[in-house]
Amino acid sequence: MTVDSEPLRARSGKRPSRLFKNWMAKLATVPMILTALVVFVGGTAWTITYSFTGSRMLPKTNWVGLDQYERLWSSDRWMISIKNLGIYGICSLVLTLVIGFTLAACLDRKIRFEGVFRSIFLYPFALSFVVTGLAWQWILNPDFGMQNVVRDWGWTTFNFDPLNNPDIVMFGLLIAGIWQGSGLIMCIMLAGLRGIDEDIWKATKVDGIGTVKTYVMVIIPMMRPVFVTALVLIAAGIIKLYDLVVAQTGGGPGLSSEVPAKYVIELMFRAQNLGQGFAASTMMLCSVVIILIPWAYLEFGGRKRG
Amino acid sequence: MADIPKNTSQGPRGPKPKRAFSRGNIFLYGTLIVVSMYYLLPLYVMIVTSLKGMPEIRMGNVFGPPMEITFEPWVKAWSEACTGINCDGLSRGFGNSVRILIPSVLLSIMIASVNGYALSNWKFKGSESFFTILIIGAFIPYQTMLYPIVIMLREIGLMGSIGGLVLVHTVFGMPILTLLFRNYFASIPEELFKAARVDGAGFWQIYFQIMVPMALPIFVVAIILQVTGIWNDFLFGVIYTKPATYPMTVQLNNIVNSVQGVKEYNVNMAATLLTGLVPLVIYFASGKLFVRGIAAGAVKG
Repeated sequence: MTVDSEPLRARSGKRPSRLFKNWMAKLATVPMILTALVVFVGGTAWTITYSFTGSRMLPKTNWVGLDQYERLWSSDRWMISIKNLGIYGICSLVLTLVIGFTLAACLDRKIRFEGVFRSIFLYPFALSFVVTGLAWQWILNPDFGMQNVVRDWGWTTFNFDPLNNPDIVMFGLLIAGIWQGSGLIMCIMLAGLRGIDEDIWKATKVDGIGTVKTYVMVIIPMMRPVFVTALVLIAAGIIKLYDLVVAQTGGGPGLSSEVPAKYVIELMFRAQNLGQGFAASTMMLCSVVIILIPWAYLEFGGRKRG
Repeated sequence: MADIPKNTSQGPRGPKPKRAFSRGNIFLYGTLIVVSMYYLLPLYVMIVTSLKGMPEIRMGNVFGPPMEITFEPWVKAWSEACTGINCDGLSRGFGNSVRILIPSVLLSIMIASVNGYALSNWKFKGSESFFTILIIGAFIPYQTMLYPIVIMLREIGLMGSIGGLVLVHTVFGMPILTLLFRNYFASIPEELFKAARVDGAGFWQIYFQIMVPMALPIFVVAIILQVTGIWNDFLFGVIYTKPATYPMTVQLNNIVNSVQGVKEYNVNMAATLLTGLVPLVIYFASGKLFVRGIAAGAVKG
């Protein structure tokens, strides 16, 4: 940046103040600068700072040190939220990657009606989590939904009622979440597969390597960057998990499908326990940082060297 | 090995017959069709449920087609369904969502396109740092910024109003849109920009007369991205608006998950479909552009 300012300064003998160089561009990007500094940096810093206070209904500066964090980690509801998110997260990550890649690989086999299949797999992604949650809430309804239909078919002991069974409620959410999100991953994987050289396939055919083996041994390792992108996207989505839970289960039965994002919002806006909400949201931020730092290191550290 | 007899025999069955029903293909199409059913099932169930009467739902099969098609649930969902004491249906939420959507989409795209243009053609000291902060901000969980924004909106007197929510959508749409526009403007040859500069065109002149006309496709992508994103938003709607200004998604959730009264599943499903209709229409109408939009969203790192 300093490089291209040199000739300009040399041309205009007066050497105008640096602040006013390009002033229209600076003025035009004021909304961006404000967003970046005030909302993103300022807001985050504010929340972290106030997580060390005992704020309840209104933010106050009565410092309590790490009290809120101690209370957070000894709260049953928070621990359940973390456990639920862990179960949901691991299953969702693995299943979305597997389903997304498998579908993309199927579509990449030069099949007919590829466009139709792609539209079908992707359309749920256009729908909101609220719509997704409510649709699956209805399908999983124990009295009128899928369970009832399967029983009517003759399998009278069939039992699948995730919305009222605390042990499997997260899997009820998982079915809906995967339905909504796997199309996106399929799309990304398909783009990745399309970027792979046709000659690879010819080479493996000559060597007599089977299709499945080629995918596992050759194609997937080649698609590492695509997988990393998909992983980051899925992980970012998982941490945000909120609307789906509110719409589909409301956190129930009991507390059995609570998630951290919901915990934060309930404590801030319902329970009027701001400090606790701030501490919980800071923990969410930490988890994002833990996910992002290795990725950013791989991605940008590598690019600079290259 | 299988190729050798095929080339020499030239049987009567015409060119390339062997691929059509190979075992692999049956397996492939079989998988795709079964998986398609899983993806289509909820949409199908929503549609048939919304067209049935309540008695039929109570006795019947959730997957079965309606015996008697009725549009009453749709009418009821639109104009009579209750949230709390208000019984004017989803139409109010729809109106609110439209009033939120239009200014949010216009404002966010205007600001982001100018940002992208300034970032690729008018770099100044620190511009890249602000951009980096903006992109990092896209990964910060919204929960960390929710309350400070409540305070900011209260300070400027927009808390609970549609204007406030428009600002929030503009702020949170900015990272991805700015990235989208920046990458696009960076791909336009710099000579074009320089030639315009030599001719004495200024910041806005180049933007409106050269950049905007060239970037029309990316504006369409941005519009698709924003319309679906803002329409589907629930979190900001529930926090930054009040019952009178709730967007459609929030009102839908309140209607369906309300604990009072008898559950009318057909009305609920009609309401759900109504809410999903806008993004679905955009999805099916835009086709490849939608994919391009989400692909742009996917590379936001």
